[in-house]
Amino acid sequence: MRTVFAIVLLAVVGLGIGLALLDVPFGAPKTGIGDYYIEHGREETGAANTVTAVVVGYRAFDTLGEVTVLFVAALGLGAVLAATGGGSEKREVEPASLVLLTGSRFLFPLIMLFGAYVFLHGHLTPGGGFQGGAVVASAFLLLYLGSRGRRVSRTWSTATEALGGLVFVVLGLVGLAVGGGYFLSNFMPTGALNTLLSAGVIPVIYAAIGFKVGSELAGVIHDLVEET
Amino acid sequence: MSFLHDYAYYIGAFGLIFIGLLVVLAKHNLIKVIIGLSILDTGINLFLISVGYLRNGTAPIFSRPGLDASGMVDPVPQALVLTAIVIGVAVLALALGIAVRLYREFGTLDLRKIKELRW
Amino acid sequence: MIIVVSLLVLVMLAAAVAALVFRDLLSAVIASCLVSLIASLLFFLLHAPDVAMAEASIGAALITAVFVIAIRRTKRYEE
Repeated sequence: MRTVFAIVLLAVVGLGIGLALLDVPFGAPKTGIGDYYIEHGREETGAANTVTAVVVGYRAFDTLGEVTVLFVAALGLGAVLAATGGGSEKREVEPASLVLLTGSRFLFPLIMLFGAYVFLHGHLTPGGGFQGGAVVASAFLLLYLGSRGRRVSRTWSTATEALGGLVFVVLGLVGLAVGGGYFLSNFMPTGALNTLLSAGVIPVIYAAIGFKVGSELAGVIHDLVEET
Repeated sequence: MSFLHDYAYYIGAFGLIFIGLLVVLAKHNLIKVIIGLSILDTGINLFLISVGYLRNGTAPIFSRPGLDASGMVDPVPQALVLTAIVIGVAVLALALGIAVRLYREFGTLDLRKIKELRW
Repeated sequence: MIIVVSLLVLVMLAAAVAALVFRDLLSAVIASCLVSLIASLLFFLLHAPDVAMAEASIGAALITAVFVIAIRRTKRYEE
């Protein structure tokens, strides 16, 4: 009964949305602001990747809000799962098979190296802080799956996460004080296009975000796996 | 055939939104509802990116110095969807943490039974 | 080209219906991981490589792992 009612309701809503969106053609140019960012993104921010220039250059305040939402969610998860009373039954920690153990030990530094490459080159190639941070967190997940019973030190991951967020906010305040007079302005020199040390403060912000997101998601995995 | 050319991505995105909303409305296991929430998120992000597409366009990255800037795809929906994906994963992780805690407190994950339980 | 895109959209919708119907929660999570993977491929075909990388690493890998760990701490079968 509930399923039938839900299908009827969704059919009516879907029909309304479909009729309203027949005016949005597929593949035609739509807005003007995208053209402005493509034309002037290179000389104003110095980044070759226009999506990075939009995320960290023109709309950096929205990225600060996103980093805050991620931080609050990780904090809430730690608070909800830590307030336990007694523990459940203690499970036997069986060791992983030999292939998984050896493979995870071999692959862990390689995956972290790849994650660091992704977030350091965010302004030149597709990539950036969030993608690189997620790759680093999946390296920690592989470590938790391979070597059972081995845990990452919680103090270090919390300290890295806090330091990453602090670097982002301090860079914004320095940009307010020294540079163009608004929060998160690009005050470092814009180097030559398509080199690693270009685009001003953008690679530094993305490196801070990469460290922060990587240690944050690894902390989320740790909180869920940890038995009471 | 030209119908497919125009509407293939839109049909995919709307189908995912429809199925995701159906799972959220009609199922009573809490983990199933959270799976439906994840499918709904993916559908909305696919719709946003397919709005910003330009026919015969290229990705908005100047990897070589002499690239043409006129045929590039809109970069603003891509920046918005990047933010939306990260916020989606944060909300889903918190929801799963609360679900684990609810199971520990009440012993069941059925939403009809949890609504009837009193403190 | 458009035939390939249509086939991918069809497989994605079939996987979403499978996530709706399956009673074993672990199978439903694997079906939603398949939805996320095909969505990442469609993002690449729409000329958005940043979003494709983010969806593949965050949506398909980390969210599935978090779901499987949460299912391990609760029940496996619906009802």
